[in-house]
Amino acid sequence: MSSTFDQVATIIAETCDIPRDTITPDSHAIDDLGIDSLDFLDIAFAIDKAFGIKLPLEKWTQEVNDGKASTEQYFVLKNLCARIDELVAAKGA
Amino acid sequence: MQIEYFLLIDRILDLRLDEKAITVEAKVPTESTIFEGHFPGYPIMPGVLLIESMAQTSGWLLLALMKFERMPFLAAVKEAKMRGFVSPGEVLTVEANVLHEGSGYAIAEARVKVDGKLRSNATLTFSHIPFPNPELRGHMDAVAQRVGFPQQALQR
Repeated sequence: MSSTFDQVATIIAETCDIPRDTITPDSHAIDDLGIDSLDFLDIAFAIDKAFGIKLPLEKWTQEVNDGKASTEQYFVLKNLCARIDELVAAKGA
Repeated sequence: MQIEYFLLIDRILDLRLDEKAITVEAKVPTESTIFEGHFPGYPIMPGVLLIESMAQTSGWLLLALMKFERMPFLAAVKEAKMRGFVSPGEVLTVEANVLHEGSGYAIAEARVKVDGKLRSNATLTFSHIPFPNPELRGHMDAVAQRVGFPQQALQR
């Protein structure tokens, strides 16, 4: 996870011009880092490319909108990284 | 090109879904009120309309890739470059290819050429959603027919 976090934090820092040292595993991408949905598309693109996956953003957004999930589940970085690790593992399975 | 109606693409020349690429043609009108203001005595096609022509070209490609089940909307423009003037009456060849298909979004790169020479290029981000209503879907079907969208591409 730590390696995944380092990659994701670097992507966020470079994509959104956010100081790298302010990004922690407990940072909420939206509430703490102020990343909006359009900026998150850039991040998703970079993550998709870096990890060879397809972040299911639509599914996550729908689950949040339907009250079936909280934004913390997907947008707190340690949780986002766990989802990424799951997707990478599923790809290799 | 029906520039006042924002219908900038005249016809699809080539649609290659396996390559996720498209080529279209668009003739800039010789006269338009747009050229009266942009600019008096020196009419050129506004750069934003060149970007829009690239967006519409990319849009047709994405519509084809999504089998007309979802509608793409321009969300971001990056690295847009106006490399040369485009004058009234010139015929544009606009090419686009999809770089990445994400979940609910796609990234495309596009180029505007005149006589084989690059006049503009950009990287474009689109978000896409299911068609919001039958009216828009019907409109896109009608425009698809007008620009010669190859319906057989949807059978693949």
